[in-house]
Amino acid sequence: MIAIIDYKMGNLRSVENALHRLGAEFEVTADAEKIVRADRVLLPGVGNAAEAMHNLRQAGLPEVIKSLRRPVLGICVGMQVMCRHSDEGDAECMGIFDARVKRFKPTPTEKVPHVGWNQIGNLEKKLFTDIKSGSFVYFVHSYYAELCPDTIATTRHGLLFSSALKYENFYGTQFHPEKSGDTGEQIIKNFLEL
Amino acid sequence: MVAKRIIPCLDVKEGRTVKGINFVGLKDVGDAVDLGRHYAREGADELVYLDISATREGRNTFTRLVERIADGINIPFTVGGGISTLDDASRLLDAGADKISINSAAIKDPSLIDRIATRYGRQFVVVAIDARLEADGVWHATTHGGSKASDKELFSWAAEAEDRGAGEILFTSMNHDGTRSGYPCDTFARLAETVHIPIIASGGAGSVADIADVLTAGRADAALAASIFHFGEISIGDLKRQLAAQGIAVRQ
Repeated sequence: MIAIIDYKMGNLRSVENALHRLGAEFEVTADAEKIVRADRVLLPGVGNAAEAMHNLRQAGLPEVIKSLRRPVLGICVGMQVMCRHSDEGDAECMGIFDARVKRFKPTPTEKVPHVGWNQIGNLEKKLFTDIKSGSFVYFVHSYYAELCPDTIATTRHGLLFSSALKYENFYGTQFHPEKSGDTGEQIIKNFLEL
Repeated sequence: MVAKRIIPCLDVKEGRTVKGINFVGLKDVGDAVDLGRHYAREGADELVYLDISATREGRNTFTRLVERIADGINIPFTVGGGISTLDDASRLLDAGADKISINSAAIKDPSLIDRIATRYGRQFVVVAIDARLEADGVWHATTHGGSKASDKELFSWAAEAEDRGAGEILFTSMNHDGTRSGYPCDTFARLAETVHIPIIASGGAGSVADIADVLTAGRADAALAASIFHFGEISIGDLKRQLAAQGIAVRQ
């Protein structure tokens, strides 16, 4: 069973739909026991990182998530709250990935938010099995995780940032695999088959 | 570098897509999910579904359709048409829409932009502006599909929309819409100087060169078109290959 953590951070529907298309069974939950028992855990999230951390703490979930030993995938803000700190709302985060989350500075050519399809490179093998360097995935964000030893994919938007992170059994993608066409579906499939 | 986006626009009436020809391998061109999947396979970067139903029943049918689209399509999609309250936006978000596009209702009550953006984030809000260049040399924003004049002027209204929380601006020149004579690239370029959020160009595409122009000289981030795709004049795959050959960054 796959658990999708529901912590009131945006709509989970697109992640549910993506799992549905892959024929995977899942449960949307905030129940610590169910999350601990799950084979795979997804932490999606759209919105503000400080609010996301607040909601996770209210639900008593940061320690539960950090204690997990099976594969966990954070998506977008879900990935950001797995980092050390976010400048969005000056939020102390879970500290699973050794990265700080900073805001993009807009330039005439690099707009903020960073919206649309961009390329991923320097790909780690497992999560990106059968994904070519230079593949396009879909991003929507104004804050980014800096490069760090946990970086397993990079993308350029003015500067180079971490478009995916990994530490032990914890994975995170800044992009939305559930909206990234066939490439995204393959990445979710890879995660489920880790 | 973010790729320039190509976005087909599908008009939906009473739950069915209108316009369009039968593509090879597509049984029912009126089925919004099948047609959307067809475009996604061809390489569309996003889809826009516009509800042109005039009735309440049509609206309800559209919401159920949005649920099916969200389940059946693996790229982002925007829905628009008749969204006039925060509740309308919430209903479509719950149904699975990635973004909503608001037009007339935002002109009537600009605070609608703030309310939707505050609740669901700026990435959820596309403000569509239909503007017409009048004899006074000013681009006047219009409502109700260009049929009514408003007191808003294109550039100041776009800047206000950005300040209030719009995540993207979808600009259609009513002077060019339906003419297939190309986009007003100078106006698009000036709009790109005015706001810092992505701009989607709509209305006027008659050829690949038109789309290439608005993405380069016009500095638009995306091009939205309906008829050139629906009538099969050019496939999205061919369009993107030709844009790439001209050095324009597209996802292939």
